Amino acid sequence: MRRWRSFSLFSVLAFGYAFLYVPILSLIVYSFNESRLVTVWAGFSTKWYGELLQNDQILSAAWLSLKIAVLNASGSVVLGSLAGLVLARFGRFRGRTAFTTLITAPLVMPEVIIGLSLLLMFVTLQNFIGWPGERGMTTITIAHLTFSTAYVTVVIQSRLSQMDVSIEEAALDLGAKPAKVFFVITVPVIAPALVAGWLLAFTLSLDDLVIASFVSGPGASTLPMVVYSSVRLGVSPQINALATIIVCIVTVAILIAGFIMHRQEKQRRNA
Amino acid sequence: MMPPPVPPSAPANPASFTVIGMLWRWLLGFTFVARVRGLAMGTVSWGRALVTAVPFLWLILFFGLPFLVVLKISFSQAVIAQPPYTPLLTWAEDGIMVLRINFQNYLLLVQDSLYWMAYLNSVRIAAIATVACLLLGYPMAYAISKAKAELRVPLLMLIILPFWTSFLIRVYAWIGILKTNGLLNNVLIWLGLIDQPLPLLHTEFSVLVGIVYSYLPFMVLPLYATLSRMDESLLEAAADLGCRPGKAFLTITLPLSMPGVIAGSMLVFIPAVGEFVIPDLLGGPNTLMIGKVLWTEFFSNKDWPVASAVAVATLLLLVVPIVRFQKAQEESNKKAEELAR
Amino acid sequence: MPVAQGVRASQSLEAWQDPKARPIVQIENVTKAFGPHYAVDDVSLEVFQGEFFSLLGASGCGKTTLLRMLAGLETPDSGRIVIDGVDMTHVPPYRRPVNMMFQSYALFPHMTVEQNIAFGLRQEGATKPQIRERVAEMLRLVRLEPYAKRRPHQLSGGQRQRVALARSLAKHPRLLLLDEPLGALDKKLREHTQFELVNIQEQLGTTFIMVTHDQEEAMTMSTRIAVMDEGRILQIGSPSTIYEYPATRYVADFIGSVNLFDGRVTGEADGVLVIHCDEVGATMAIAHGEPLPAGAPVSVALRPEKMTVTDVKPESEFNVLRGVVSEIAYLGDVSIYHVALPNKTLVRVQLTNLARHTSSPLTWEQEVWLTWEPENGVVLQS
Repeated sequence: MRRWRSFSLFSVLAFGYAFLYVPILSLIVYSFNESRLVTVWAGFSTKWYGELLQNDQILSAAWLSLKIAVLNASGSVVLGSLAGLVLARFGRFRGRTAFTTLITAPLVMPEVIIGLSLLLMFVTLQNFIGWPGERGMTTITIAHLTFSTAYVTVVIQSRLSQMDVSIEEAALDLGAKPAKVFFVITVPVIAPALVAGWLLAFTLSLDDLVIASFVSGPGASTLPMVVYSSVRLGVSPQINALATIIVCIVTVAILIAGFIMHRQEKQRRNA
Repeated sequence: MMPPPVPPSAPANPASFTVIGMLWRWLLGFTFVARVRGLAMGTVSWGRALVTAVPFLWLILFFGLPFLVVLKISFSQAVIAQPPYTPLLTWAEDGIMVLRINFQNYLLLVQDSLYWMAYLNSVRIAAIATVACLLLGYPMAYAISKAKAELRVPLLMLIILPFWTSFLIRVYAWIGILKTNGLLNNVLIWLGLIDQPLPLLHTEFSVLVGIVYSYLPFMVLPLYATLSRMDESLLEAAADLGCRPGKAFLTITLPLSMPGVIAGSMLVFIPAVGEFVIPDLLGGPNTLMIGKVLWTEFFSNKDWPVASAVAVATLLLLVVPIVRFQKAQEESNKKAEELAR
Repeated sequence: MPVAQGVRASQSLEAWQDPKARPIVQIENVTKAFGPHYAVDDVSLEVFQGEFFSLLGASGCGKTTLLRMLAGLETPDSGRIVIDGVDMTHVPPYRRPVNMMFQSYALFPHMTVEQNIAFGLRQEGATKPQIRERVAEMLRLVRLEPYAKRRPHQLSGGQRQRVALARSLAKHPRLLLLDEPLGALDKKLREHTQFELVNIQEQLGTTFIMVTHDQEEAMTMSTRIAVMDEGRILQIGSPSTIYEYPATRYVADFIGSVNLFDGRVTGEADGVLVIHCDEVGATMAIAHGEPLPAGAPVSVALRPEKMTVTDVKPESEFNVLRGVVSEIAYLGDVSIYHVALPNKTLVRVQLTNLARHTSSPLTWEQEVWLTWEPENGVVLQS
């Protein structure tokens, strides 16, 4: 009875994880395939990595995406901290409902609508005030900031509301001004949430195809846009090679993070 | 036909100025005025006002205002120009302002079955995918919550890990698997289950697989959260009162995990309805979804007003009801949380 | 410290002393380990019909594990558990004639009071009228009739506790297990509920086994107490036996407060041992049932209320300690004195405040003598 139960739970997990990881593994395996036909194995080769590293279009798109992602992540942590602070600490104020709606709406809004509406506004603004003159990195960053702020706010707000308010009150009681309390007490305490929010915004930005496609102009293509146009034409071993590189980077980053967390946990236990 | 250049400060267009002013005030819900008054009277601190104003203004400018622009353009007509639509307000030659509102785009949405079929199809596919996610995700979340304590974090990490790799590339992986001469067909033929490759790609099935695959983590995580928070002693009490484990699952665990079921379903259903990448890469001509229709209208047909009308209709028909439902659910979840405590 | 005298009337029939009585619960050499740690270590125990039996000990002493093994929520590594003559060691909890009241109450949050109480009855397939009648009966027993339709979160702590009790009693269990039943209540309510629980137990005649870390609670409510430490049972006995004749230093110290003196036996006469305590430089004569060889290391336990304090030097050469009053605590009914012996050992003495307004006969830094009768001390073998 009990053995049957744990067996069935184990098989569910095995199936679920296979479902999640077989596609990724197949990408990796075929990135080393000699043949251009992704599904026919024709021997081991690393030539697609060589071609990928000489593909200027992909490289410059990747560079642009990284710049946007870093700008976006940093900016949305700032905006998200402010918004999280408002939601978690300022209690009721007039306009709170409007504020909450605006903050959370991007979470449920289809990407195509966000992208379309931002583009139409940029076009209208350009007609009225001549800005933005050219759509590209600036407009993509603004668009990404707008929707990733919502995610970052949720992360930071939940950490702020779990935090013990009395330590902030203690600092105020000891004579620190509110802004000082925020930077000296609150920020260090919520630092893990800030890091998590930064990484989340970074990934969201790197991952976004739809919104960037709307708001970018000619000549400014992000990595997902280049990948998308290549993928539309069919499977391409270079994309497999790119996928393998991304998976490797993410895995290494997570292993390092896991190692650091494990060590901190150990230190805490020893202390 | 170029639109007349309108400098922002030109007194030539006072009407549009007041319209925007009204909309501006409506958007702010008069709160801005109240805040300024509060600041003047010293009842609101400047620091707080600034902290609130920065994200507030950003979102109004880049999230709220764009919707008004979409609304405006959805009432205009497509023309071959830069930008490719007619302005709502024009100046007739004798100095009279003309407001031209065009309902043609919305009429089209009702008349052309393509659009409402796409709406219905989006809802249907998203609903089926949500149920499939639930059927796979619930046992997984349950199994993780019952795993040994030291295994739970690594198992959860493995659920989240795919999320950090590129979404586009993960969807792309399924092309290689589901193609006519792809991995799955090859395996099935090798096993002798089929003689001819099955047409798997560019079907509704492949879209469903893609959605379930992409959104499974969003189902598992909230389910795990509610299941792991559940008080183990409730199940012990049920067993103590003569309830067998299977029945205890149905009478205790399942009802108490409903908040997680609903939260997870929302996290899958809402983005799946508006999904573009998955139906575009994995779907075929028969798997119309509203996100793809909007994209095509905008990029291929270059019909900005119709694309805007589709966006407005999607907002009113899909997003607003879903958000309403979710709000109601949140309220009852809050109650349920209190119950669980 | 005043020890509660016990709310139950002294019982004429004491099952554990009747050789013909058959125990309802037999725990035989039960051992349970979690990893390298023995939670329950070779415990044997018998509980009889109608008893209110308490497992008493500090947290982590294994008392809850033992209770959970009776409920079937844990399986012993070795040994046997027999309930009502049937070996229950490997029977799952849902097939045992035993119910448990959980420390957290474990009330089902999505069910009403009524549904919670009916839950067990529904599992055994009782008919609807039967369930309705029994639920009404239980609601009456715990005086919760007006709250039948409420959910657990709409009840106060005390009301929840009574729902948990009603739910666990609804199935007429042969044996009711209570895990810290009063632990979550505040002090005032706890005292009131102690009486109520005992009344219900006497009314129904059900055998209760209770786990508690509160010695006063165990003393007040139980017919017998088993004191546990580190997975073992140190002593089993009625509350008065455990208080008056503790078997070990741990029991003496855990129940009530006590002054302990280490010494060696130097002689014996008429069941009274003569013990010399080097540490405090005193010779004590203490009544003890069995003779011990000279030189045997023992401890003498003296309860604070069993000593008298005088400011005149007594003439006896036994059972006298000289010291200086270092602390006085006035508690209303009694006063507690800490007397410092010449070697700095503090002795706790309790005196009843008989007369009102008399200025205390003793004051700080005053030299005093402590004395006691041989019957008032207990000899503990180390």
